Amino acid sequence: MTPVKLDLSPLRRAAAWHWAEYAFWLLPLVAYFVFPKNLALLSQIAITALFCLSLDLILGYAGIVSLGHAAFFGLGAYAAGLMAKYGWGDPLLGLAGAALAAAAAGFLTSFLVLRGADLTRLMVTLGVSMMLYEAANKLTDFTGGVDGLQGVDIQPVLGMFSFDLYGKTAYWYSVAVLFLMFWVARRLVHSPFGLSLRGIRQNVGRMPAIGAPVNARLVAAYTIGAAYAGVAGALLTQTTQFVSLDVMAFSRSAELLLILVLGGTGSLYGALIGTMVFMAAHHFLSDINPQYWQFWLGAALVLIVLFARDGIMGLLRKLSAPARTPS
Amino acid sequence: MQLTKILSAGALALATAAFAITAAQAAEPLKIGLVLPMTGPFAAYGKQIEHGVKLYLEKNGDTIAGRKVQLIVKDDAPGTAGDVSKRLAQELVVKDNVDILAGFGLTPSAFAVAPVATEAKKPMIVMNAATSAVTTKSNYIVRTSMTLPQITAPVASWAAKNGIKTVFTVVADYGPGHDSEGQFKKTFTAAGGTIAGEVRVPVRNPDFAPYLQKVKDTKPDAVFLFVPAGEAGIAFMKGFQERGLAAAGIKLIATGDLTDEDVLDAIGDPSLGVINSFHYAEAHKSPENQTYVAAYAKAYPKDRPNFMSVGGYDGMHLIAEVLKKTGGDASGDKFIEAAKGMKWMSPRGPVSIDPATRDIVQTVYIRKVTKVGGKLQNVEFDQVNDFKDPGKQ
Amino acid sequence: MTIIFDGLAAGMLLFLISVGLSVTLGLMNFVNLAHGAFAMLGGYTCALLLSRLGVPFLLAAPAAAATAALAGIILERTLYRRLYAATHLDQVLFSIGLIFMSISTAHYFFGATQQAFVLPDFLKGQINLPGLDVGIYRLFLIVVGLILAVGLQWMVSHTRFGAELRAAVDNPRAARGLGINVDRVFTLAFALGSGLAGLGGALGIEMLGLDPGFPVKYIVYFLIVVAVGGSGNIKGSLLASLMLGLFDVAGKYYLPQVGAFVIYAVMVVMLIVRPQGLFGRAAAK
Repeated sequence: MTPVKLDLSPLRRAAAWHWAEYAFWLLPLVAYFVFPKNLALLSQIAITALFCLSLDLILGYAGIVSLGHAAFFGLGAYAAGLMAKYGWGDPLLGLAGAALAAAAAGFLTSFLVLRGADLTRLMVTLGVSMMLYEAANKLTDFTGGVDGLQGVDIQPVLGMFSFDLYGKTAYWYSVAVLFLMFWVARRLVHSPFGLSLRGIRQNVGRMPAIGAPVNARLVAAYTIGAAYAGVAGALLTQTTQFVSLDVMAFSRSAELLLILVLGGTGSLYGALIGTMVFMAAHHFLSDINPQYWQFWLGAALVLIVLFARDGIMGLLRKLSAPARTPS
Repeated sequence: MQLTKILSAGALALATAAFAITAAQAAEPLKIGLVLPMTGPFAAYGKQIEHGVKLYLEKNGDTIAGRKVQLIVKDDAPGTAGDVSKRLAQELVVKDNVDILAGFGLTPSAFAVAPVATEAKKPMIVMNAATSAVTTKSNYIVRTSMTLPQITAPVASWAAKNGIKTVFTVVADYGPGHDSEGQFKKTFTAAGGTIAGEVRVPVRNPDFAPYLQKVKDTKPDAVFLFVPAGEAGIAFMKGFQERGLAAAGIKLIATGDLTDEDVLDAIGDPSLGVINSFHYAEAHKSPENQTYVAAYAKAYPKDRPNFMSVGGYDGMHLIAEVLKKTGGDASGDKFIEAAKGMKWMSPRGPVSIDPATRDIVQTVYIRKVTKVGGKLQNVEFDQVNDFKDPGKQ
Repeated sequence: MTIIFDGLAAGMLLFLISVGLSVTLGLMNFVNLAHGAFAMLGGYTCALLLSRLGVPFLLAAPAAAATAALAGIILERTLYRRLYAATHLDQVLFSIGLIFMSISTAHYFFGATQQAFVLPDFLKGQINLPGLDVGIYRLFLIVVGLILAVGLQWMVSHTRFGAELRAAVDNPRAARGLGINVDRVFTLAFALGSGLAGLGGALGIEMLGLDPGFPVKYIVYFLIVVAVGGSGNIKGSLLASLMLGLFDVAGKYYLPQVGAFVIYAVMVVMLIVRPQGLFGRAAAK
């Protein structure tokens, strides 16, 4: 019996880098020279983009709606912060520790999350994150509570680059981590594993028929998403050398979901572009009108939903392929 | 002839140069970056502090030591996210080149920004954040508001001295709540009082019924309350009244932020009779405060002046006085050196900056909520003079 | 005993502020996170009518509901209608946009501070029975909540409008084919949902307070009730609210150390045991 030969070339073609992607990754370089005095903001955009990417992995690919993703971000942030506080201040070690802590939590909670439909998942993730938030709030001796975790002493990256006031190190460090993590995520979603996730999202019923273990795949995806969020949280801790309780707050989870939907789910780039647009708009508007900027941001969101469904990526796709008939 | 020409040309050049220098110095504006929560749950903090700062500039002119003041307000909402506050402070330093960082509604924001002040060597004026340790986080921090232990201890001593033997403490379950609870217990038991019971309530808590019931079942002489001012305090006081705890002779004692002028009207009559200790009251009787209250009412007729506005006002006053002393030099080390030991008459009463801790030393008053001319006010009836932060002793 | 009574009252409060959402999200299947914004509108209407115009509370509360319902109709006609077919995520984005706008607007007009609110005298105070202290306003909430619950349940299951609504949600095309004016039904249902939100906002000020942050502050509670109750089910929402209220109050009384966790823990456990909610329609699309 001859083994079935699978033609994987379409897969490989889909996984090849498009020229627009190369262009996209030149942006961080350009931004560095165009906005040399906004590096603090730019690093936080990169960090939020990574955080958003992690949500895209579980929402856009595994189809799990979460309103409590800040739990993993926060765990990562505290893990890195506590490690640094107790003498393990190497940034890369901190990232690894944060990823492990968040992944463990993600794995354990994934079993709760996989039950039920969208609304149930939304609320279970929310409930889990709120409980973690309350726990971090109560354990003031350990986490610093609402006053924040102090004494986070981060060593220079690779022993050479220490974090500076201008945020140069923070910026390159965040961007580098974002790029690496993105590259891995991109490979992942184009792998058979990623494809099976997409299949599950499109038709759960049929996947077991082709031999894909649905639950195991979802657990894996949720765990990976949690680990990504943990790394993002650790980056925030390391670049700001402080952990505030707010890293676990409901508003952070909600805002993240907002950003991802704004950018467009299920394309990885939607997460990145959504973050860039949202945070830039937020920054710009709140500088002009510190008191009432929310109004304009809200109005922009409403308009976007009315006139550009499927987020910014949906809009871009429509613009780049006008010939195709709308489905 | 030739000589006079040269001389006069030289003199002219010198004069122009001198003029250019003074002009440059005069034209160099004094940039102050205000990091405040202007939206979100603590928007009222930002509003009041900004009011205070602006009121000072309106009243005393916006040129200090020959430098025109330029305020740059940044919204660090929610005010509890240190990463946001720190990023904004970094930007103020790097991009806007501010001379002074000021504002800081809540402790995490002050904590997160402290290293920026240290690294950039910029003076950092904390106008509200009240955790005791804030000023220890950078040598460039000066505080013009208050510290939590500073406003908690006096009411504990007062209670012990005035026939209150048992107290039930109700505090919000978060850092400041724990600090306040700790300070109260320490001072109260040292003065011979007994803690009849204690409970920590969740910060987000729509219903105080179970806790009030617990207090009622314990029957203490008084309840000490510390919760974030706003709906929690309002709900507690309304429940306190409704359940007849006040009628049962249980006193309600608190820190004064609970009945500050910004929320007092929203609580309404249930706040009557609450005894609290605090550093500023709109009803404080002094010529300085009369002028202040009148100016505030004129500038912001919709709001009432409260302690945060005074924190901002005094912060601005400190900046102005220090710069007069240094001749317009706002560089970190000189500023802080000049600020140490500074004394002035604030609308709240006499205040000074402790040279050792850079924290504020002030009179703390014991007040009772009373109706004055149809308006709820905190009326002062006792005081502790020149009270230093007990949290750092 | 008092604890049980207080728990029921707390639960009824949850029910009152969330029942509007179980109409829009549950029955109409629209993820209207801006529910709290309508509640806030009702709250401000009630508070201002009371304090500025001296309207009696018993008139101000229905007026608040009417104002919110009117706002609901206007927004439904202009904006919401276009999004019935959109994905849930787009609806989330849209309604969060509305929340932001409502917060800023309230902040602009009414300031950032809490609104003053004084109940009429006949709703204040307590009736003391042996072993049981009954807060009059709490009793009032329980009565209003029960009336509303019974009325709504009856309306959904026994009136023509209720039947039309269910038909229109389940299959708009077929409903249209049967001669149901689907657009009108939806507008009315949305008005009902926002009106209930407004009423809840008005009745809730006494205990929840009112400031521009209202729509965000309590969003978690609205969602908890609807999720635990099962979508589209008035009876479920009522039961879920009462259970949550009871557990929450009892938990805080007997185990104050874990007070903050109780409501979330109860929710997670209930959702794990019954992922569709207490009375979920198993086949809800």
